[in-house]
Parts: sequence; structure tokens; C-alpha cells
Amino acid sequence: MLRDITIGQYFPGHSFIHKMDPRMKIIASVLYIVILFVASRPLGLLLGILMVVMMYMISKISAKMVAKSLKPVVPIIIFTAVLNLFFMTGPSEPLVSFGFIHIYPEGVAMAVMMAVRIMCLIAGTSLLTYTTSPIELTDAIEVLMGPLKKVKVPVHEIAMMMTIALRFIPTLIEETDKIMNAQKARGADMETGSLTQRAKALIPILIPLFVSAFRRADELALAMECRCYRGSVGRTRMKQLEYAKRDFVALAVMLLCLALVIVINIYFPKMI
Amino acid sequence: MAVIRTEHLSHVYSEGTPFVKMAIQDVNLSIEEGEMVGVIGHTGSGKSTLIQHLNGLLKPTSGKIYIDGEDMWADKAKLREIRFKVGLVFQYPEYQLFEETVYRDIAFGPKNMGLSEEEVDKRVRQAAAFVNVTEEMMNKSPFELSGGQKRRVAIAGVLAMNPKVLILDEPTAGLDPKGRDRILGQIQEYQQDQKNTVLIVSHSMEDVAKFAKKVLVMNQSKVFMYDDTEKVFEHASEIEQMGLAVPQVTKIFMRLADMGYPVDPHTYTIQAAKQQVLRLFEEQEAKQKKGGM
Amino acid sequence: MNDFIKAQGISFSYHVEEGQQPVSVFEDLDVTIHEGELTAVLGHNGSGKSTFAKHLNAILLPSGGKVYIDGMDTADEEKLYDIRQKVGMVFQNPDNQIVATVVEEDVAFGLENIGVPPKEMRERVDRALMDVGIYEYKKHAPHRLSGGQKQRVAIAGIIAMRPKCIVLDEPTAMLDPRGRREVMETIQKLNREYGITIVLITHYMDEAALCDRIIVMDSGKIILDDTPKKVFSNVRELKTVGLDVPQTSELIYEFLKEGYNLPKDVLTEDECIKAITTLFRRKGIKPAKPEQQTEDCSQEIV
Repeated sequence: MLRDITIGQYFPGHSFIHKMDPRMKIIASVLYIVILFVASRPLGLLLGILMVVMMYMISKISAKMVAKSLKPVVPIIIFTAVLNLFFMTGPSEPLVSFGFIHIYPEGVAMAVMMAVRIMCLIAGTSLLTYTTSPIELTDAIEVLMGPLKKVKVPVHEIAMMMTIALRFIPTLIEETDKIMNAQKARGADMETGSLTQRAKALIPILIPLFVSAFRRADELALAMECRCYRGSVGRTRMKQLEYAKRDFVALAVMLLCLALVIVINIYFPKMI
Repeated sequence: MAVIRTEHLSHVYSEGTPFVKMAIQDVNLSIEEGEMVGVIGHTGSGKSTLIQHLNGLLKPTSGKIYIDGEDMWADKAKLREIRFKVGLVFQYPEYQLFEETVYRDIAFGPKNMGLSEEEVDKRVRQAAAFVNVTEEMMNKSPFELSGGQKRRVAIAGVLAMNPKVLILDEPTAGLDPKGRDRILGQIQEYQQDQKNTVLIVSHSMEDVAKFAKKVLVMNQSKVFMYDDTEKVFEHASEIEQMGLAVPQVTKIFMRLADMGYPVDPHTYTIQAAKQQVLRLFEEQEAKQKKGGM
Repeated sequence: MNDFIKAQGISFSYHVEEGQQPVSVFEDLDVTIHEGELTAVLGHNGSGKSTFAKHLNAILLPSGGKVYIDGMDTADEEKLYDIRQKVGMVFQNPDNQIVATVVEEDVAFGLENIGVPPKEMRERVDRALMDVGIYEYKKHAPHRLSGGQKQRVAIAGIIAMRPKCIVLDEPTAMLDPRGRREVMETIQKLNREYGITIVLITHYMDEAALCDRIIVMDSGKIILDDTPKKVFSNVRELKTVGLDVPQTSELIYEFLKEGYNLPKDVLTEDECIKAITTLFRRKGIKPAKPEQQTEDCSQEIV
């Protein structure tokens, strides 16, 4: 049934990474991205690979999930790799040349590194959504984006919208299911016909869905008003995010790795 | 001939996952043409799953369904056709309205059946008349109507398909007593006029007692019983234990009978209760007169 | 008793379209609700009962007249949030009033809005969850709960704010019998144990029968206002305005109509049985005891 699907790709657990403060997880993810792009030497990238493998092992998320998260980006990986392969030139002799295409060894190296970099990037950042519930993420984003309030970014409103969206997605999915069944019972045919016919067949589902969504929005707004909602002014939160020792340990590890990558860049000037 | 027949019908949700749930189990039913059936059972008893099978929205995990003698799932190409024989009105059907006018919304089903324009028009008007959707309402947007009116338009949308079997899932949910009586009355009229089979799912034994000739009681994904209304009410105390509300008058007469008074414990309407007591008084008076003489 | 809610000569009308005659929902309505009362407002759809309810926490302001909540005028904008804290509101559709993705966070929503410190909030939320009996579901996603449970989450969200009064606008209309029972039990408990004033808007007579007082509304007017016993003895009036009466009252009414002399205000099943057996006795109809029991009884009597 439709209602059994989960939103986001959160896999509950009790690992070190699961228990980390969501804010620190976001910070760590950003740091990891920085590491990947700073690492311009194969050795540095190797460290990046090692890190992502370690993180997955600690979080006890299966390797299958890595494959799953990489699947949609395969075309992008191939595209960038090919681009690097063909357009990277170097001082050495081209490995292969046909016509105007020359492939240099530097190009091969760059293509491989770029592919590895993107794969690590996707795998590493996916871990954030795998180990953090959407609610925690929303809370963390609200806090981390807090300073933006000063430049008039409606941070609280954005977070509230995210929460409400998360709350109502399952309800609306269930409702879609119901409306679809009701229209099917009235003989609506959604499985056969040309593309335009099928698109037309969606109207009897989309209109009631929109009408219902607007009605829900109206009623929810009223209920929120009744519960004294008036934006972020004077608002407190029940759940206070607090950094624990483990968060600082994680941060220290991340910074250490970053430092290592920089050291590698300096001391191994050549491609190794 | 039985218009609906099921053989060992079972349905399992989310098979092979930790959420596996047996929704209906070994349901063997045979519903004759022209019956007015009340379907009762608390939430999760399997009644919703059952009715969705009867319209082919759910495919049985095992077992067979025969509509009008035809095996529903024998030939997938014929499924759509068989489905048209069973009209299903969902809970809160007003949420499925989408067309620009009431007329067009009621016509949606008949049009999907591929009927000619005159036939569609005839059916729409006939269906509208059954639930008292007036000519004036026909050209309005369905979204302008009141809650009760919308409900009637949605029901008309299914009636217009002229199904041999009409199934309504709690058609009175959320309506006030006036709206409830009105819709139940109209459905009853429709049934008497068309001599069709009608199944009404309800939570209220009191309502069921008012209209149904036969009652299907679902409990814990099985058919608890399917019989004449009077026979079903003989099991009132068991039904009460399932968490379904038995009419107050039944409870009162059960207790009176328990106390030893010569009343029928299976009384389930006010009028029956009144007639019974008045008859008792007459008999008593007759007896006393005789005794006095 | 303190008059907690005082509506004085209120009227309300709205414009369907610009420039057209306004439609009047009610005119010159006077209602007083005392502190700690459990009151039902009974009426069919369109009787004006929901519109009236929305006046009780300043969602709507009367077009004429005044509504006072604990002495505060609902038209006074400065008092708006005080009024809404004192009078909580629960709506019909349980799905459309739950804001958060976790039960306990939703219960905390109102408290967060009024700036309660986190530690106190935690305690109040847990307390409220326990009061409505859904503490064990506090970490659940609301869409996984039953209708009755969802509605109790909504009630918990209100009582966490420690209101003096809760207005429930047809809270059980979309629930199954079990859910309705759960919600009604919760409402009664809050009234009995915490003395919270309850205004229950409903069209179910069996729910109204559980209250201390019933106000019956029809086309914007109060036609009856009394105890359930007294109100339900007006079987004919209620039926003509399209409302139900409990079967007990109706049965007794039928006998009254036939000219039998019975107490008019019968409401519970026990009272009804008592009335009928009295009638039987007067007519000389005796219980024919089953045989074994007759022996037992006669021995006792001897």
C-alpha cells in the first residue's frame, strides 16, 4: 500500500553517528565535502575513501544503500569522467590519439579522481539523511541558519514549512490512494491509453487532491492560530539541541583529516 | 441466483514484510439479488477490505469472487466490465468531486462506461432524481454546495452507472440526524424501485435495524454471521462484546426478558417495542376480563 | 458560580458576495456558561452552533453584542492570546490540527508558541499525554494513530496549555464508535477531575446526554436550555428540528402519547426499565420467573 512508504531515507539506529547532534552532522558533512575537494592527490582521495568506508561501518548502514544512492548519479559521474578524459592535457605524450582527440595520462588520472570524488561525495552526504530523521534535520537547519535572520531570511518560517510538509506528505499520499480508488470505482482508466490520455486521466485525481489540500491548509491555519501561533516571536523549543562529547570527537577527527589532506598536498607535490 | 458469491476469499496485506496483516480470512458469502444488506463490524474487522474486493479494487490473495456468476479475476480484460456491475461509494465520497458542474460530475461514471450521449443524459437525470439533486443544482459547481448536497451528488455519480450491486461505505458518516435519515431513506427508495442489491456499511446497529433485511457481521477478519436482521439480533450480546453498540431498546428488552417479563429480547426498533407492549396490555386486559367474568 | 463565558446579545452575519445582503447566522443570542460546567450545544448542520463556538476564543467577533471570557472582551486585541490560552479549541478533523511529525512535539506546539521554558514544557507535555492516555505513543508519527488517538493528541495539545475551558467543535463526527467513546471519556475525565469547563458542539444526542446541560440550537436560536433529562423529554420539538433523542426517551414518549401515565424525564436505561416495569405492575403483568429461580425465590420469601 502507498501508506507504507517512508519519506526521506532515514534508517533508525543507535550508532555513534545516529546519536550525533544533527547540527554537527551537517557541519561534518560540509567538512567532508571540503576534504574531498581539497584533496588533489591520489593519497588524499584514498583517505577520503577510507573515511566514507569507516563512516558506513560505524553507522551500520549496509553497503547496498551506497549502491542505491549512487545509482541515480551514474550518468553524471560518467559525463564528468569523460569530460576530464578528453579535455585534460598534460606535458607528457598522449597515450592515444585519433584525429583531434588526444588522451593524456593526466586526463586518465583526473577522470578517475573526479569519479571517485563524486562517488565519495554522494555516499558521504547520503549518510546524513540515512542517519538523521527529517525532523532532526529541520531543527538543525533552523538553528544553523539562525544567523541569516539578521539579513531578513525567514528561517523560522522555512523550518515550519518543512515540518508541515513532512507532517502532511503521508496524509496526502493516503488521500491520493483513496481518491484514486474512488475514481477507479467510477470507471476511470489510468493504466491504458496514450500519454495525453493518461495525463488527462490525472485530472479527476489532482483536482480533488488540491481542493482537499487547500481545505486542510485552511483548517490547519485556524488550529494553529487557536494554539497561539504567531511566528517565531517569543517562541521557545521543547527539544534543545545540545552538543555532547561525541560531537567534538567527530569534529576533531574531521579537522584532523582535513589537516592531513592539506599536508599530503604540500608534501607530495607530484601525482602519487 | 446469488449476485455476489465468494469462495474462501482471503487477503493479506504487506506479505513477506514484518507488517504482514491478515485483513480477511476465508470469507464464504452468497448474497442474493435484491437484498438490502447492512454490513457491520468495528474498524479493522475487515469490512472495508471485503467491499474493495467486491469491486475489484483489491485482488484476493487467495480464493474467488463471482459477480453475477462470473469469476472476477478469470480474465483480466473483463475485469473492467465486471467492475461496472458493482458500484462502490466510498466514505466521504464528496471528496472525489472534481468536475466543473454537478451534471458533468454525475456523468463521469456513465461516460467512462462508453455509453451514448442520450443514455448518459437519461442516467444522470434518473440518478439525480433518486437523491433529490435538483435541476437548479445541476449547473452549479459541486464545490458551491453544502456538505449534505455534495454527498448526494457523489452518490448520484455512482447510481448513474446503474450497477446491479450498490455498496456504500458509511454513507451517513459525519451527517446530522436529518441528513442521515434523508440519505438512508433515498437509498431505500432506490433499492425498492430498482430491485437492486444494496450493501450499506455502518457502525450503527441502530441504523442497520432501521433499513436492513439482512445483516453481515464482520469480526476479526472473518464473517461472524450473515443472516436475517432478526436472527442477527438474537446474538445481540455477542455483538456487543465485539465492541459494536447495540440499540438501547434492544438492551432494555433483553434485560426485561431476563427479569422474567414476557417480552421478546430481540426487539430492535422503537415501533416494534411499542407494539409489543401494547399487545401485551391488550392480552392482559382480555385475560382479566375473562377472569373477572 | 463564576460566569466564565458570557455572550450578551450577540449577532453574527457574513457576506457571501460583495454588495449582496449579508446572511445572518444568529441574532441577539444570550448565553452564559459557568465555570466547571459540562455543556453540550446540540443542533443540526447549519444551526449556527459552530459559528457560535468560534466566538468563544475570538476566532470570530460578533457583528453585534459582546462576548466576555472570564471577564475579558473578545474584541479587545490586547487580550487575544490570553483568551486563546484560556479557551482551547478542538476541531472536527483530527488530521488537520496536528502540526508536528511526532506526537509529543505536537503537544508541545502551543507551549512553544507562548514561550514556556523547555524544562517546564517537557513536564507539562508528559503530564498532558498521560491525562489523555496516549503517553506510550509519544514518539509515534501522528498519521499512524487511529482517529480517536489523533483526537486525543489534539486534546493533549490543548490541555498542556492549562486552559480553563475547552471548546470542542464536533470532535467525534469523523470517528468510529470506539474513537467516539475514547474522546467522550477523556472529555468527561477532564471535566470531573480538573474542573475544566467544557463546551461540546455536537449533533449526537447520546453525547449530549452525558453532559450536565444541553443548549439546543436551531436556525440561530436557542430553543431549549436545560438538563439532559428535561431537554430530551421534549421529543416532538427535537424531532421537528431534525434531531434525535435517546431511544429511552423516545420509547417513554410513545407510551405517554398513548395516554399512559409515566414520568416524563426518563433518560438512562435503568430509569426506562423502572418506568416500564412500573407500568407492567400497574397492568398486572408479572415476571414469569424461570422455574429454578422461582423455587429459590419462594424459599427466600418463606
